[in-house]
Amino acid sequence: MKTDIILAGVGGQGILSIASIIGDAAINENLFLKQAETHGMSQRGGAVQSHLRISDCEIAADLIPMGKADLILSVEPMEALRYLPFLSPEGYVVTNTTPFINIPNYPDVEAVLAEIEKQPRFVAIDADKIAAEIGNKRASNVVMLGAATPFLNIEPEKIEAGIAHIFSRKGEAVVEMNRKAFKAGLDFAMANK
Amino acid sequence: MQKNLFLGVEAIGQGAIDGGISGVYAYPGTPSTEITEFIQENELALQKGIRSKWSANEKTAYEAALGMSYAGKRSMVCMKHVGLNVAADAFINSAITGINGGLIVTVADDPSMHSSQNEQDSRFYGKFAMIPILEPSNQQEAYDMVREGFELSEKLEVPVMVRITTRLAHSRAGVIRSEVLPEKEVVLPADPSQFVLLPAIARRRYKGLLEKQELFEKTAKKSKYNEYIKGEDKSFGIIACGIAYNYLKENYPKDDCPYTVLKLSQYPVPQKYLDKMAKHCEEVLVLEEGYPVVEEHIKAAFKKDIQVSGRLSGALPRDGELNADLVAKALGKETQLGADVPDLVVNRPPALCQGCGHQDMYKALNQALDKYTKGRVFSDIGCYTLGALPPYKSIYSCVDMGASVTMAKGAADAGLIPSVAVIGDSTFTHSGITGLLDAVNDEANIVVVISDNESVSMTGGQESSALGKIESICTGVGVDPNHIHVLTPLKKYHDMMVQTFEEEIAYDGVSVIVFRRECIQAAAKRLRKEKKMKDNPNK
Repeated sequence: MKTDIILAGVGGQGILSIASIIGDAAINENLFLKQAETHGMSQRGGAVQSHLRISDCEIAADLIPMGKADLILSVEPMEALRYLPFLSPEGYVVTNTTPFINIPNYPDVEAVLAEIEKQPRFVAIDADKIAAEIGNKRASNVVMLGAATPFLNIEPEKIEAGIAHIFSRKGEAVVEMNRKAFKAGLDFAMANK
Repeated sequence: MQKNLFLGVEAIGQGAIDGGISGVYAYPGTPSTEITEFIQENELALQKGIRSKWSANEKTAYEAALGMSYAGKRSMVCMKHVGLNVAADAFINSAITGINGGLIVTVADDPSMHSSQNEQDSRFYGKFAMIPILEPSNQQEAYDMVREGFELSEKLEVPVMVRITTRLAHSRAGVIRSEVLPEKEVVLPADPSQFVLLPAIARRRYKGLLEKQELFEKTAKKSKYNEYIKGEDKSFGIIACGIAYNYLKENYPKDDCPYTVLKLSQYPVPQKYLDKMAKHCEEVLVLEEGYPVVEEHIKAAFKKDIQVSGRLSGALPRDGELNADLVAKALGKETQLGADVPDLVVNRPPALCQGCGHQDMYKALNQALDKYTKGRVFSDIGCYTLGALPPYKSIYSCVDMGASVTMAKGAADAGLIPSVAVIGDSTFTHSGITGLLDAVNDEANIVVVISDNESVSMTGGQESSALGKIESICTGVGVDPNHIHVLTPLKKYHDMMVQTFEEEIAYDGVSVIVFRRECIQAAAKRLRKEKKMKDNPNK
């Protein structure tokens, strides 16, 4: 088993919190893991990516080779497209459809979404809207995590346990809300993949 | 055994704690910052009282670490690659003084310049100082090398460099810890002249350092981190340095590399391995992150004519960080590329945060300078360097820590008036104060902006050495108090800020305008913490 994931987004959107939940689940499953992060200058509203590699055998490189990623998980639609050269021909794009517009020349959002729909395998989900419906806009990353879960090769229950573990310090209500968000993302992906 | 999921930098921090350090010294700099932060927040380190507060710059950090070593205790000093330029004086000479307690200098290089001004290779510095270098290939080695490195330093009686690059620094993997080694007691050096580099003593000690080179090489030959793996195919040999070894392995997932491989993680390069390779291989490819340090070395060190390829020969790009694809190409293997990036995707460069005080400062500065020709603002290293980008396009230089003040002075000396420096609070105390002293002594006609957000923000909001000290430092070095102003960079004070600029531009002498407002990232962090304290007062 091997899953190579490119996590994508904009500095400040919190892609590393998604990575830490997956990482928690992977370590509990005794899997090997390597996760390369972006720190420093690009964190100031720039494009950020994280390479997350999970495997049942030892992993060599910290970076995923081109054309080998099984999944691009992006919390922003244009950022999903930026890493297509990394995606394997059999890989999936799972992206949030809500754009993060902090540059004056952000392309036409409809055109961006059309590019995503051109991909052979994708899940495009309005995670911000779903999170708002659940009652907390900040849960959109957990919605995204749910939407990516069918492609992780880790059982959904294990990821859910990771959520419970990571959010346990913040109280039962927060855990419950994030569980709901996770479930909503997962259900959407299962219905639309 | 329990695996800890550590970033490379965290593995180094844990390795130092478990290796028995009594102190870590550092100035923040990507990608090295989190080593010290890890130690600052680590429970065991706190219990043991390991000294870990930030230093004013890399040179003061280095010297303090050397002082702790002089007193017999183990210490580590950490910095980014360009930080070693600042600490170079102490670094080079510390190889000649040698050490007492074990001393590790951990340097994090940034090939591809993710957050830096250059991609210099610290292995050059290690070679220049003639000390052993450890270059881990993964997080576990990073932990082990640092933990064991203090003993190595004590055995060889010199500082030992641990060199990592961005990718290892900021990548996470499982690390298994070993037992915690005890701290050392205070014991002074046996030879009281050891650290006195008067010419007569320095000559003697330098000869000693030269004589030790053979021992360093022998130790590298015996090192468990260097491995000579004989291959069946004799046409080709590969030297894979540090993390490059992983990119090689990535290309042979079934562990079926047919060629002879030298995994190189401890320097100096053992000549015996090269002699062996020369016997086995007709051609040698060097995979190394950074400059062609080993490639150049082996070209001269091979005793017979062997074709050497790598970054110099063009087999690999001369600049930028390595990856498995580049290594595949150098090996003549096919690579796979996913779909192209659609044309509509545009760059998303980093930018100043919404609500950041630097923005208000730049708006006022731009208006005040509007009536002059462009190209009069010299800046420095920090978030405010982003003022070079639209919409501000305010600054015309970013060279090294502190260069804003001195370059503005030099330009003013040349007749470019007005001439303005923009520097941040911690960059000012890092390397700006001496430049300001030069300007005062020379009665230079410059305006120095200290954009004070009360933290080291670019690296994640560390405590600034300048906190609460800026005005007294400026008056202390001799700036006329009538020409020191402290303003709050907020939209509502825009006119006042522009007016102050105009008045001080008109003044023929050194002016300092401090724009002081808390970094909004730091403010948000503080408010979250305060809320947490309020919600859980017992924690």
